[in-house]
Amino acid sequence: MNPYPPSSSPRGPGFPSGLFAGKTLAGKKGERVMRWTALTYIGLLVVLPILAISGETVKSGFRTILADLSRPEALASLKLTFLLAFTMILITSCMGTLTAWVMVRYPFRGKAVVNALIDLPFAIPTVVTGLMLVVLYGPASAIGSFMNRNGVEVIYAKPGIVLALLYVTFPFVVRAVQPVLMEMNMEMEEAAACLGAGKWTIFKRIVFPSLLPSILTGAAQAFSKALGEFGSVVIVAGNIPMKTQIAPVYIYGEIESYNPSGALAVSLVLLAGSMIVLLLLNVARRVGTRYGA
Amino acid sequence: MGIDVRHLVKRFRSSCQKTEGFLAVDDVSFSVQPGQMVALLGPSGSGKSTVLRIIAGLESPDSGHVIMQNHDVTWTPPQNRHIGFVFQHYALFKNMTVWKNIAFGLEVNRWEPEIVAAQVERFLALVQLKGYENRYPCQLSGGQRQRVALARALAPRPAFLLLDEPFGALDTKVRRNLAVQLRELHDEVKTTSVFVTHDQEEAFELADEIVVINRGRVEQAGTARDVYDRPASKFVASFIGNVNMVEGVNDGHTLWIGPLRRAVVPARALENRGELVLLVRPESIEVCSSPCSDTLDVMIRTVAYRGDRYEMMLDLDGLELRMIVDRQRGASRTWQTGATLHVRFSRFAVFEASEGHEALRDKLRSLGYIE
Amino acid sequence: MVPNPFTDISRSVRRRDQRQSPRRYQWFFLRRDPRLMQRLLIAAVLAWLAFLIAFPLIGIITHTFADGWRPFVDALIEPEAMHAFIITLLVTGVAVMINVVFGIIIGLVIARHQFPGKILVEELVSLPLAVSPVVAGFMFILLFGRNGWLGSWFEAGGVRIIYALPGMIIATIFVTLPFVSKEVIPVLLEIGTEMEDAARTLGASPWQVFRYITFPSIRWGLAYGITLTTARALGEFGAVLVVSGNIIGRTQTATLHIHESYTNLHFQGAFSASLVLAVISFTMLLVMEFFRRRIEKSREN
Ligand SMILES: Nc1ncnc2c1ncn2[C@@H]1O[C@H](COP(=O)(O)OP(=O)(O)O)[C@@H](O)[C@H]1O
Ligand SMILES: [Mg+2]
Repeated sequence: MNPYPPSSSPRGPGFPSGLFAGKTLAGKKGERVMRWTALTYIGLLVVLPILAISGETVKSGFRTILADLSRPEALASLKLTFLLAFTMILITSCMGTLTAWVMVRYPFRGKAVVNALIDLPFAIPTVVTGLMLVVLYGPASAIGSFMNRNGVEVIYAKPGIVLALLYVTFPFVVRAVQPVLMEMNMEMEEAAACLGAGKWTIFKRIVFPSLLPSILTGAAQAFSKALGEFGSVVIVAGNIPMKTQIAPVYIYGEIESYNPSGALAVSLVLLAGSMIVLLLLNVARRVGTRYGA
Repeated sequence: MGIDVRHLVKRFRSSCQKTEGFLAVDDVSFSVQPGQMVALLGPSGSGKSTVLRIIAGLESPDSGHVIMQNHDVTWTPPQNRHIGFVFQHYALFKNMTVWKNIAFGLEVNRWEPEIVAAQVERFLALVQLKGYENRYPCQLSGGQRQRVALARALAPRPAFLLLDEPFGALDTKVRRNLAVQLRELHDEVKTTSVFVTHDQEEAFELADEIVVINRGRVEQAGTARDVYDRPASKFVASFIGNVNMVEGVNDGHTLWIGPLRRAVVPARALENRGELVLLVRPESIEVCSSPCSDTLDVMIRTVAYRGDRYEMMLDLDGLELRMIVDRQRGASRTWQTGATLHVRFSRFAVFEASEGHEALRDKLRSLGYIE
Repeated sequence: MVPNPFTDISRSVRRRDQRQSPRRYQWFFLRRDPRLMQRLLIAAVLAWLAFLIAFPLIGIITHTFADGWRPFVDALIEPEAMHAFIITLLVTGVAVMINVVFGIIIGLVIARHQFPGKILVEELVSLPLAVSPVVAGFMFILLFGRNGWLGSWFEAGGVRIIYALPGMIIATIFVTLPFVSKEVIPVLLEIGTEMEDAARTLGASPWQVFRYITFPSIRWGLAYGITLTTARALGEFGAVLVVSGNIIGRTQTATLHIHESYTNLHFQGAFSASLVLAVISFTMLLVMEFFRRRIEKSREN
């Protein structure tokens, strides 16, 4: 009955209070110890690094950061990253939704194998992903040389980066849409058909709107992941500044050449980009679960 | 001009195995007069929903025909049949408001926007949901969702209204209320309707005619009176209402009843001979003041006062009989457990016991028709 | 405007529908899309999956064994490769152990406690998912580097964190932080507190409640989380690359070794190590699938 995909941490209004639950702020001693252990751990591992990068930002000042950011290489890398990530989510949204649809709705042989394949990108190390793509589509391979002869460069060019991003983010949309599609039984569509709606109308007005929240969820996760993707792209891209150098690779280069302020500026933009996307997603989900359920 | 269902057969085959499949609908025929409301009544799993879905065009029959208004629509897609379908779990469009839900059928049929608005308003008022236009289905209670589903199905002025266990998911009180509302709505719009239920009271309350279905076959079709008072089969008799099952033997002039085969001379001559089963409704057991040729002596086991009636369990040579005495008659005397009564079966249905009494009772018990 | 009970359906019932041709109209009955459409879409998806995921996998396998087993084995028993795998196992082992313990604690705190700022804590826990691995590494350099906020302090105590094992472990922990708690929290919320309360009323100590009630119910979710954590830790590259300094024979993990070999055009080494990692991840995948089935099964019960 919920139009939105289940959030990973649903919070009902009647929140359970039981074991380890402090009724007030000052609960039992054991509970307090546990809570502070968790908070300290998160503080040390997550908050402290964030503080470090924020502090560094304050220290170097707005001017410097802007100057570092306006270097053509930095700007180009950021532009490229966002552009390619955007291209990627357009493709992955379509193909991911289609894959989920086929997996849920159509019977065919070898479904279990396909199901396992879908998860593979999450399991395989990103460097290995990059290598695999180079092996298959690189200039040395049959496919790659064929495409080169026809004037299409894949590896060491932008299409290769998109391919790598598609690979590493493929499961997001599929896994977001699949459960929603499974839960959405045929009844809604049947009801629409009885009311006189044709196939296309049913898809446009019933099926697609019901899937849209989950598609967006998957796409947002994929986008956030793509902004930060490093391992596969660094191998596939060729990393030519101004041409095929994406932002994480640029940051790595700056760190290697002992230029932390250059790394800082671009890092901040990347961080802001993916955090805003995920934050928007979380807000949408919270609003969604309030209306759903 | 109504709906004619002719010799429908439907077998569900699982796609992976080459098995016989499950025969869900087996030669079902009945007809619905225009403007009438017909109930498909039967235990769950008997194939009622499948029949209804075939009528709607959501399922294809293996053979047989569905005739609507003298058109054979067996192979017409649901979109072209002018039906309103109310699903058991409502199947409201979750991504649309109540208003949009009701307007959907009108919009896809290209009604003018003003007329759509007017019609939606009208049906919102009819199902008493004014003020809920902008809610989403998840923000409504079960009863309200049900009413939206009803309005959505009726708003495009369907020629036929089909309802699949429309009140199945609601609690008893809401169910009663809505059943009355549905009947009123039907009396107002007079759409030819078929509804599915496993609840005989609902069927009795709403339907002009009842089609009793068991294991994919039509057991009996007729008015409430027909199926209650003149059941065509043991199944109908036991499924509709409460019933006592008493075995007996008829030797031509005397009926030997009960485990100990007590002799009774029935008031009417029985056609059936030999081993018999008598199905007696609890309210058809009548108490007589003195023993005579057609009475049986029974002992009262328990007495329960239910407000509008007394319910008694009687003991006939070890066989338990349920008797219902209405309040007024019951209040005229005292009932004592252990006392002996002289009772007569004022009305009963007789069937031949083809398989022997015990086997039959076991079967009915396993199906849950008797206790 | 009174609804007409006898709406005439004859205009919409098409003549051709009345012909007896079940086969042809079967797809109208909503259970199926047209056969051809099904075939085309399935073909499209399979082709997509093949070119994106399956063929690259096959490609790397055939490449690795292009010259038989020998080069594969040789590339793996090189001391650098061996050492890199040992470092990877070490880093993964420590990171997983720490994250399991704290992941459970975080899960319990978020699912069972009520305190101000909990939403913030939840967001913080899932933050590492939103941070680019390179940026994560960079943050730890800012923190623990020679001129870093805490780095100088550690340096004075003679402890090296950046360009050494501790930094790599910390970076891996950061990157895999959310996985365990993310899997445990939904299960904890789902089972509610009834059983735990019941056990407590029977006099069980908090530890006993955890041991005999809570733990058995989160078991499979936890296992799934651990598998995810392990897979991610084994394959972590960006954060570790930035933090480790990539010193061969000292701070080089398997993924770093692959990258190094590749950039030095030592392809056999890169492919062989990649294949080993790919096989391990594939095993992880199967294990994950197994745990997911178990979770679903226990949810049904
Ligand atoms: N799509 C289907 N596939 C296989 N069997 C089905 C399908 N739909 C219904 N059945 C079977 O057909 C029988 C009748 O189902 P149904 O018409 O839903 O019964 P009812 O509505 O009377 O409870 C049931 O035993 C059910 O298991
Ligand atoms: Mg049913």
